[in-house]
Amino acid sequence: MSATTAAKKKLSVPFDYDKYLRPGKLPHIWCPGCGHGIVLKSLLRAIDKSGLTKDEICMVSGIGCSSRTPGYVDFNTLHTLHGRALAYATGVKLAKPELNVIIVTGDGDALAIGGNHFIHTCRRNIDMTILVYSNFIYGMTGGQFSPTTPVGALSNTSRYGNIEPVFDCCDLAKASGATFVARGTAYHTLELERTLLAAIKHKGTSVVEIIDECPVYYGRNNKFKSVTQMMEDIEKNGTVSVKQADKLPPEKVQGKLLRGILHQVERPEYCEGYEKLIAKAQGKG
Amino acid sequence: MAEAVKQLPRIVIHEKLCKACSICVDFCPTNVLELKGSVVAVRNLEACTRCQLCDLRCPDFAIQVFD
Repeated sequence: MSATTAAKKKLSVPFDYDKYLRPGKLPHIWCPGCGHGIVLKSLLRAIDKSGLTKDEICMVSGIGCSSRTPGYVDFNTLHTLHGRALAYATGVKLAKPELNVIIVTGDGDALAIGGNHFIHTCRRNIDMTILVYSNFIYGMTGGQFSPTTPVGALSNTSRYGNIEPVFDCCDLAKASGATFVARGTAYHTLELERTLLAAIKHKGTSVVEIIDECPVYYGRNNKFKSVTQMMEDIEKNGTVSVKQADKLPPEKVQGKLLRGILHQVERPEYCEGYEKLIAKAQGKG
Repeated sequence: MAEAVKQLPRIVIHEKLCKACSICVDFCPTNVLELKGSVVAVRNLEACTRCQLCDLRCPDFAIQVFD
């Protein structure tokens, strides 16, 4: 058997998601076509590749569609208040620095009500991975516009088009001091898996904005004919890989979101600094 | 050497999990799948190239391709 056939053979064995899922919890509550399930699968594959055991991971979430994720996964999980996931996660990480904390949050949860927690977590550079599921709308509460709803887009609370400018999650994270900032989409699921693996391995605050689709509220309000059309228009044609962006003519990049690892630097991590401080105060440092 | 008989893959659809969002049907490059009422069904298994795009993009953990 040649190497290529071996690789193909290996690929055709489906990934066993069940070992990371709580038995009997499926089907999940997400609507038909919702991208959150695709992102969860990419995350589970990335966790599998990272070699972490289930007990070494703590998944924290706030409130929202995306924040239902910890209910389905068999890790240490914490489902907290709206926007406050990062505050709880900071507590978890400081009490048990050996845990790998992964926060699953939505665009409204992280950038609107949890905006302050978001910028200060990035500033402190605490070693955790923040996944911001950005579907441009508040899905769970009935389709209100969120800080990522594009200008002009319709939602149940912007019937004549949204006039508020958009928060760029990645720019905000970078400016606040996050040491790993990336963007992925549910459409590019294998690329997302690689990005998430790099984010989990990174020491420091990692922020990954994940563009996915809400076919029920955002899709219907904005006249998308199908989930497929949403995925192609928003995720496939609306984004461009950061690796290709330099090679493409500027008119093909303009107005599109960049995908991939956008920013990665090394900076002292908060928990390590805190432990050094404790040692110093106890006269051991 | 005689060419081996082409082995067909096995596509498993978990009907209780499928929400018929049609992502797998629309993104299948060789049109193997179709929507039958409220679940997805295999229409043309011979055309399957084992690319697993249906499995990767299914949001509901409802489809798997075995070799």
